[in-house]
Amino acid sequence: MTTTTSARTIAPSSGPLARLRRAEPSSYIVYVGFVLIAVVMSIVLHDDGFLTRQNLINILLQTAPITVMAVGTVFVLSLGEIDLSIGAVVALSAIMAAVQLRDHGLVAGIVAGLATGLVVGVVNGLLVTKLRLPSFLVTLGMMGLCAGLSQRITRLQAVPSTDVAFNGLFGSGSLAGISTLILWSAVFVLLGHFVYRHTRLGAHVLAAGDNVRAARVSGIKVDRIKIGVLAVSGLSAAVAGLLYTGRLHGATYTLGSSDLLTVIAAVVIGGTRLFGGRGTVVGALIGSLILGMLNNGLILAGLSDSEQQVARGLIILVAVALTLREDKS
Amino acid sequence: MTDTVPALALTRIRKEFGGVVAIDEFSLTVRRGEVVALVGDNGAGKSTLIKIVSGIHQPTSGEVALDGEPVKLSDPSVARRLGVEVVHQDLAIADHQPVFMNMFLGRELVTGPFRRLDKKRMARETQALVDELDVRIPSARSTIRDLSGGQRQGVAISRATHWAKNLVLMDEPTAALGVAETAKVEELILRLRERNLAVLLVSHNLDQVMRLSDRVTVLRRGVQIGTRTTASTDKNVIVSMITGLQTADA
Ligand SMILES: Nc1ncnc2c1ncn2[C@@H]1O[C@H](COP(=O)(O)OP(=O)(O)OP(=O)(O)O)[C@@H](O)[C@H]1O
Ligand SMILES: [Mg+2]
Repeated sequence: MTTTTSARTIAPSSGPLARLRRAEPSSYIVYVGFVLIAVVMSIVLHDDGFLTRQNLINILLQTAPITVMAVGTVFVLSLGEIDLSIGAVVALSAIMAAVQLRDHGLVAGIVAGLATGLVVGVVNGLLVTKLRLPSFLVTLGMMGLCAGLSQRITRLQAVPSTDVAFNGLFGSGSLAGISTLILWSAVFVLLGHFVYRHTRLGAHVLAAGDNVRAARVSGIKVDRIKIGVLAVSGLSAAVAGLLYTGRLHGATYTLGSSDLLTVIAAVVIGGTRLFGGRGTVVGALIGSLILGMLNNGLILAGLSDSEQQVARGLIILVAVALTLREDKS
Repeated sequence: MTDTVPALALTRIRKEFGGVVAIDEFSLTVRRGEVVALVGDNGAGKSTLIKIVSGIHQPTSGEVALDGEPVKLSDPSVARRLGVEVVHQDLAIADHQPVFMNMFLGRELVTGPFRRLDKKRMARETQALVDELDVRIPSARSTIRDLSGGQRQGVAISRATHWAKNLVLMDEPTAALGVAETAKVEELILRLRERNLAVLLVSHNLDQVMRLSDRVTVLRRGVQIGTRTTASTDKNVIVSMITGLQTADA
C-alpha cells in the first residue's frame, strides 16, 4: 500500500498514465459509452443485422454530414459562442450548389455552395463582433433568413443534381474503395483535431472561450478569431449540404432541418463544454457515431418515423443531461 | 547614466468614461530598480491607471512615456512588446487551461514545419520557472481550476516576472493571499527590483507598502493627492492623504 502511494507522488507529471489519472470523467466517459452502446446493440440487434459490414459502413455514411458540422461546432462552442444557423445553411448551400450546378456546371456549383456557407458565417461573425450581439440571437435570425430563402428559391420543389462528377465527389463515389463521404469526414476530423490541439490558433480559441478578458490582455485578437471560427462553421455546414446533395442526387429546402440538435448533442456528448474553454474534436466524432448507431438501431428495431423522432429526442436529452452534470457545480 | 531616464513617465494623465472623470490629472515617474506604490480607496482610479499603462484603456489626455519615448499604447500587445508586464487584479488567467498554457498565453512556442505547439518545452520551462520562484503547484500541466487562490496568484506573478523586460505593473497582487504566500510575493517583488526592473504596485496593505516601496503616490476619487518618499514619511500621513484629512498638494 505505502509503495503505491509513494510511487504516485514521484510519478512523472506527463505520459499517458499521469494524463489518465488527471483526466476528468467527462473526458473519457464518451469512449466508455461508445463501447457499451456498441456491445449492447450488437447483442440486442444481432438478428436484425446490426453487426454486418454493410450496416456499419451505412452508419459511417449516414453520420458523415453530422461529423463534418460537429468539427466546426467544437470550435464555435469552445469559443463560448453558438451557431444555430448550421441546419438552415445546409439547405441553402445545397440549393445554391444544385441550381448553379444545373445552370453553369461543376465548378460553379461547388463554389456557389461553399461561398454561401462562408458568406453566412462571415456575416454572423461580423454581427457578433462589430455590433456586440449575442451569437445565439444573430444565428437564430440567420437561421430564419436562410430557411426562408431556401423555400423562396426552390418554391418548395426539389432541385435535382445529375452531374456525375459532383455526385461522385460529394457522397456517391469512392476513392481507393473508400466512400467520399468517409474521406470528407476524415479530412475534417484530422485537420480539425490538429488545429484544435496543436496550433496557436487552437490554443487562442480555447483561451478566448475560457476567459475573454485574459485572452485580450494577452494580445490575442479575439474578434478576428470569432469571425474566422463562425466562417468555418458556415463552411462546414456548406460541405455537409454538398454531401447531402451528392448522396441524394438533389437538394430540397428540408435538408439538414433536424441536424442542429444532433450536431450540438454529438459535440457536447463528446466532451466539449457548452460554455467555452474546453473541448475535443475526436470526442465529437465519437459522439456523432454514438448518435448514428442509436439512430440506426431505432430503424433496425422497426420503429415508425414518429416513434423514432420521440426516441431520438429522449436519447439526446438523457445523453446531454448525463454529460453536462459537471458544469452545474 | 541611463538611470536619469525613467522607465515610465506619466504626464498629466486624464481619463473620462462617458462623462464620468475616473482620473483627473495624474503624473508620475518610475525608475529602474524602484518600487513605487499607488494607493487609494476603492474606486479611486488605481486599476484604471494600471489599465492605461497596459494598453487596455487609452487616456482622454496626457502622455505616457516609456524609457523617455512618448508612446501610444493602442492595445495590450503594444505594451507587451515594449516590455511592460501586468499582474491584473482579476489575474487574467484562463481557468480550464493548464498552467503552462497560461504562462505562454499569446506567445506560445511552436516547433517544426507545421508550427506545432511545443507543449513539452512550454511545460518544462514553466516547471523550471515555478521551481525557481518557489511557487508550489502540483505540476506545470495542472489545470488552473484545480489550484488554490494563492497558487493561481503565484502563476500570474510568475508569468509577469518571466516576461518583464522594463516595467511590471501589479494590481493588488497579495489581496487574496495568506501570510506565508504574501511574504513570498513580497520577496518576488524585491527580486524584480534587484533585477533592475521598474515596479508599480497597487496595494491596500499599507504595512506592505511601507516595507516594499521607495515612493508612494496617493489617489483619492481620481485626484492625485501627492507623492512621498517612503523613508521620510509614515503610515499615518499616507492614511490621512487617502481618507481626505489632508488635501491635495498644490
Ligand atoms: N470601463 C469603465 N467604464 C465606466 N466606468 C469605469 C470603468 N472602469 C472604471 N470605472 C470607474 O472609474 C472609477 C475608478 O475605478 P477603478 O477600478 O480604477 O478603481 P480602483 O481604485 O482600482 O478600486 P479598487 O480598490 O476597488 O480596485 C470607478 O468609479 C469606476 O466605477
Ligand atoms: Mg482596482
